[in-house]
Amino acid sequence: MFDKTLAELAQGLERGDYSSTELTQAYLQRINALDSRYNAFITLTEEQALAQAKAADEARAAGNGGALCGLPIAHKDLFCTQGVRTSSASKMLDNFVSPYDATIVSRLKNAGTVTLGKLNMDEFAMGSSNESSFYGPARNPWNTDCVPGGSSGGSAAAVAARLTPAATGSDTGGSIRQPAALCGITGLKPTYGRVSRYGMIAFASSLDQAGPMAQTAEDCGMILNAMAGFDPMDSTSAERDVEDYTAKLNQPLAGLKIGLPKEYFSAALDAGVAEQVRNAVAEFEKLGATVKEVSLPNTELCIPAYYILAPAEASSNLSRFDGVRYGYRCDNPVDLEDLYKRSRGEGFGTEVKRRIMVGAYALSAGYYDAYYNKAQQIRRMIQQDFVNVLNDVDVIMGPTTPKTAFKLGEKSSDPVSMYMEDIFTLSLNLAGLPGISVPCGQSNGLPVGLQIIGNYFAESKLLNVAHQFQQATDWHKQIPAGVEV
Amino acid sequence: MEWEVVIGLEIHVQLSTKTKIFSGASTAFGAEPNTQACAVDLALPGTLPVFNENALRMAVMFGLAVNAEIGKRSVFERKNYFYPDLPKGYQTTQLAEPIVGPGFVDIETDDGVQRRVRLHHAHLEEDAGKSLHEDFHGMSGIDLNRAGTPLVEIVSEPDMRSSKEAAAYARKIHAIVTTLGICDGNMAEGSMRCDCNVSIRPKGEEKLGTRTELKNINSFRFIERAIDTEVARQIDLIEDGGTVVQETRLYDPDKNETRSMRSKEEANDYRYFPCPDLLPVIIDDSYIEAIRETLPELPDARRERFISEYNLSEYDAGVLSAYSAQADYYEQVVKLSGDTKLSANWVMGELAKFLNQNDTDIKDSPVSAEQLGGLLVRIKDNTISGNIAKKVFELMWSKGGTADEIIEAEGLKQVTDTGAIEKIVDEVIANAEKQVEQYKAAEPDKRGKMIGFFMGQVMKATGGKANPGAVTGILKQKLDALCD
Repeated sequence: MFDKTLAELAQGLERGDYSSTELTQAYLQRINALDSRYNAFITLTEEQALAQAKAADEARAAGNGGALCGLPIAHKDLFCTQGVRTSSASKMLDNFVSPYDATIVSRLKNAGTVTLGKLNMDEFAMGSSNESSFYGPARNPWNTDCVPGGSSGGSAAAVAARLTPAATGSDTGGSIRQPAALCGITGLKPTYGRVSRYGMIAFASSLDQAGPMAQTAEDCGMILNAMAGFDPMDSTSAERDVEDYTAKLNQPLAGLKIGLPKEYFSAALDAGVAEQVRNAVAEFEKLGATVKEVSLPNTELCIPAYYILAPAEASSNLSRFDGVRYGYRCDNPVDLEDLYKRSRGEGFGTEVKRRIMVGAYALSAGYYDAYYNKAQQIRRMIQQDFVNVLNDVDVIMGPTTPKTAFKLGEKSSDPVSMYMEDIFTLSLNLAGLPGISVPCGQSNGLPVGLQIIGNYFAESKLLNVAHQFQQATDWHKQIPAGVEV
Repeated sequence: MEWEVVIGLEIHVQLSTKTKIFSGASTAFGAEPNTQACAVDLALPGTLPVFNENALRMAVMFGLAVNAEIGKRSVFERKNYFYPDLPKGYQTTQLAEPIVGPGFVDIETDDGVQRRVRLHHAHLEEDAGKSLHEDFHGMSGIDLNRAGTPLVEIVSEPDMRSSKEAAAYARKIHAIVTTLGICDGNMAEGSMRCDCNVSIRPKGEEKLGTRTELKNINSFRFIERAIDTEVARQIDLIEDGGTVVQETRLYDPDKNETRSMRSKEEANDYRYFPCPDLLPVIIDDSYIEAIRETLPELPDARRERFISEYNLSEYDAGVLSAYSAQADYYEQVVKLSGDTKLSANWVMGELAKFLNQNDTDIKDSPVSAEQLGGLLVRIKDNTISGNIAKKVFELMWSKGGTADEIIEAEGLKQVTDTGAIEKIVDEVIANAEKQVEQYKAAEPDKRGKMIGFFMGQVMKATGGKANPGAVTGILKQKLDALCD
């Protein structure tokens, strides 16, 4: 049963093969039995889940169940959930129980989903390996010596280990797509503004975007249907109608124009990954697509620009964690300065502190123009590169990550090599574009992700392209060795 | 050496929106601590600001009222610093692209100095909460009710040359924002707070001296006193061979002194950058013009109208138009009494005296414009004299009631019946032989002044109710008849 997709589980509920309560109990049991291997969950919400399942069963019996009614999911632990600890995987918020639901949490609740629990992640979503979590790293189900990627590492590991059929994630520089690639699942980062950020603990406000992570593109579409849409509580959310993201999944791809950026197939790309990506592109040609080489000339500037802008915003966003109103407070502060210094010094982990310092430096008097303003200029150039290419092709394809999953500890002492993990993903956040990562092969027994990039608000197109690929291939159905279903 | 004083003001005006600038919480003053602070105001994780369009409208109204350019694109920025009453660790404010650009206001001091004060700009921002140090032993309490209250910060150029000009400028801003109805003008509750930048330079010198900033002054009187105190300190310092240090100082009204809060070296690097949670505010001409249509008559225009329409002196017109609630009150009294000068005298005289003595805003006056107007009508129709009217007013203030009710209840109606007055005059003259002799002995041109005594006696006998005009006439007639 645990190999089933969200869409298949929905059919089972509809047919009455099992109730939501049975389904929920089964997943909770599985998590309790297996998660010690993966450390994907920070908090299990068994009582709430069973109550939600019961309500969903009643709704379904009364004929009020929508597409997602009664389906279990889990939330990345940076989405505020009322009455439940919302930690952002930080010691700083280890004691924080949110008094309110994030907009996406309430939307998914209203759609009838059952929340199994809260998922592990890099602290405050800062990282590419899940190693910066206060609760210890989540592990990659394909090889538990390897990282699941990050920052939505718990989400990816949980879906890959079939501990939940689907999860929410957030993506500031690749945090949905990179772990999806490393764990062999499907993850969609929507267009900036498509999904409300209200109640999502901010890392970098102009880059953060929530999205779905699941086995298939179809499942991602089902969840996006509930997540997406304008929110009056988020001024940056788009006032634009929401499509039915499952409606166009079956459109044929004949005539689809694919662009392959030459910069993405450079020397830095692992040969095994390159081969799988090229095979995937060949599969699309079989489906009737045409392929041409394109250029995103400023690709190499993405990392320096991103690592100015994201930390700059983070340094300010994380100022509210000061030990005064909620969250971690140091013992026996002697005065205000001591309270601030020790609460923040003890409450934040190394990577978070590194980024706060980098960001504060980039914004400080005398450096602002050289760093922050320059990075904003680069951001506009990168955006323009994409606009130019997407005038010419329907979608851009390439590897999601330069390499497959790496070993725990391998990059933790070298932040810059860790940052390179996101070279293909973070340009989309800078440009605000949507992207999806789909499993497209394996290299040395580890999954390889194909990234498909579309135009603004082209989520429907991306899901269609990914779904057609998944109809033609079965990489998304591969289950890690050792994961019994 | 002769010194010139140079002053620039930064005035924070609390906008009278119902809800906060970036959240739906109420802005009402005086609630229990932290009962008007929602998740956004508390800066809970994940919360986001949503801009209150009413604050934008009010800022545009202000800009139009001070002849300023309106920013068609304005941008909120974050001013980053740590303080317990600043829940997000940054204040959302405007810096590079404010909503109101350069403008000006014309001021006039009590002693007749006129000056045009240029505004550098005015911007929208959120207020911080309050730290309460008294109530908690060894700790500080935080009240975030005020956090997120919308403010317009109005920054002047250093155009003022005396403390009186600074106070006149602050009064003018107060008059404008209260007339516009965008601020309740209550300075005691902090609805308008003033920072004064003060420096001195030798007269004739172009270069500005080093300035100090006097923080958070909340009355016009204190603006004058704080600046005078600070100017005296700077002059003493320089004349003793010292130099002024650029710093923030606090004015202590009890000791009438300023003292250092922090120097420039200790100042924060605020790391301003555009707030990524808020979109740039874009407005067009039609938006601005629609607001221009709604502007009420402004203090300068009202002052001119008071002079031309009501024939008031420039001074009276200036005083009455300086505060919109007072100007409204005055106009209402005029409407009822039909006498512009008498109304002005009473609003600026007896009413102002009572308001001052009782520290009461005219909006909360126990005597309404209707009551005062009714009183003036009774002066005009000779029912009571001006002196009796003061007595009626006092009763009105303390006990309420209309003029007619009080006059009736207290039996204060003026005696205008000549027969009755003549009878009393005869009695007074008969009982004052000595004074009558003196009157008769006096030179005819001195006699006018001597009537006062007899007048007093008549008033005493009638309890002040006799019509003074009638009494004077009858007295003069009867006394002069004795002299022939």
